[in-house]
Amino acid sequence: MSKEYKKPIPSPQGESDFYWEKAKQEELWLRECPVNGPYFYPRDISPGALRKDTKWIKATGKATLFTYSIVHRAPHPGFIDDVPFVTAIVELEEGPLMPTNIIMNDPTPEKLKIGMPLIVEFEHINDKIALPKFKPV
Amino acid sequence: MSDLSRSVAIVGVAESDEVGKIENKSNLQFHAEAAYNAIEDAGMKASDIDGLITAGTSTLNTAEFLGLHPKYTDTTAVGGSSFEIHIAHAMAAINAGYCETVLVTHGEAGRSARNRPGGNMSDPGSQYELPYGFIGQPVSYSMACRRYMHLYGEERTRQALAEIAVSTRKWALKNPKAYMKDPMTFDDYHESRWISWPFHLFDCCIVTDGGGAYIVTKKEIANSLPKKPVWVLGVSEGHDHNIISQMPDLTRTWARNTGPEALKMAGLTHDDIDLAMIYDSFTYTVLATLESLGFCKPGEGPDFVANQRTAPGGDFPMNTNGGGLSYCHTGMYGMFLVLEAVRQLRGETGERQLDNPKTCLVNGTGGSLSSTGTVVLAID
Repeated sequence: MSKEYKKPIPSPQGESDFYWEKAKQEELWLRECPVNGPYFYPRDISPGALRKDTKWIKATGKATLFTYSIVHRAPHPGFIDDVPFVTAIVELEEGPLMPTNIIMNDPTPEKLKIGMPLIVEFEHINDKIALPKFKPV
Repeated sequence: MSDLSRSVAIVGVAESDEVGKIENKSNLQFHAEAAYNAIEDAGMKASDIDGLITAGTSTLNTAEFLGLHPKYTDTTAVGGSSFEIHIAHAMAAINAGYCETVLVTHGEAGRSARNRPGGNMSDPGSQYELPYGFIGQPVSYSMACRRYMHLYGEERTRQALAEIAVSTRKWALKNPKAYMKDPMTFDDYHESRWISWPFHLFDCCIVTDGGGAYIVTKKEIANSLPKKPVWVLGVSEGHDHNIISQMPDLTRTWARNTGPEALKMAGLTHDDIDLAMIYDSFTYTVLATLESLGFCKPGEGPDFVANQRTAPGGDFPMNTNGGGLSYCHTGMYGMFLVLEAVRQLRGETGERQLDNPKTCLVNGTGGSLSSTGTVVLAID
């Protein structure tokens, strides 16, 4: 699979190694700020409150569909075989919004309802990285 | 800020020698042609320029290329709105005494030297959005638009997008420099192919090559030049996110702050504005921006633009150059908003000329609906 994979591959950084390590184990983890609660994307110092005493929490993997697009023109050569596919922003049960894909064959607006319940599913793109994606419950 | 109102003017504007599909020119050549033409339009000399601003490249590059030795420079680059924000920065620099006359240039072979994201995959957008295909602005903006549809109704949103696409094309047909030359009907809009649902092809700006430049100078110099100065009455800038999934409200841009603030500095209200130049990377950009600026309330945009109100002959003329949708969009289109605003106020726009406009509100939007620069201009 990894030899064929032609899409952009994220480069974990010191602040996100844990996030990607856990994703490889098919777990979704978030950072939590003592003032403003869970946030995405992970960084050690929390946005807005600028607190350093943040911690990692394990997310349930449950979410609802906040918004989406059905992409018909591949925005990168790696996605040519995927169109049409769904890019989405989902609202995690813990509160933060998260960018992702909705796993769905032949997507149409009729099949995609704002607020519909979703559950995380991990796509292992190589031996280091698994992308958290979401599918309808 | 109010005491800076009318302290500086835009005195020269120009495009590069050509805009459109131009395959043999570099970014810097577009900068240089536009700079040459803007200096000529102002009736000035290169030696009059002592401040230099650009975005997308460093002023180290543009100054050397042009042989200028500026004593004040600024390379603020926050996307297509940068060139509205540069007006504010030029105003601040001139009033602080750092320089007297600022040249602002733009050049981008957006069509013929198109780049794709790659390289650094470590920043937040590259780690958390690009791997999912959030690449290029149609994807990001269409997700924001889908949220708007959810809140305010799919059918009325769709009609508003169509109204904006069709009215903007009507203006383009009156601009000889416009890339799109054919009329567009509502059916043409609705039948155009899907790029990124809910966006049709005709919801998206064109991608062209070109450059532009303008010159800002202090009042005393402006009054000594051959053309009537276009005064800067109000400015405001800011941003509240970078990548689309971090946008606090997908239906409200930072223009919610800059619109009221720029108008307040100008001492004007929305009703005083004769022409609106609103960054139209996408039809939805216009819808969200008009509401955010305060021309109408959230969700009322579809009523505001209904019945071709923004088209030639309508009572709210907007994007009279044909916009990024139909005239020219190099990548950072905000430069071209300024050029049209100045030309309309001077009465230089030929077939599309409005009847003696005195005021124009220019609003640039950059990134993923991320940054905003609002400028209010007027002519005596």
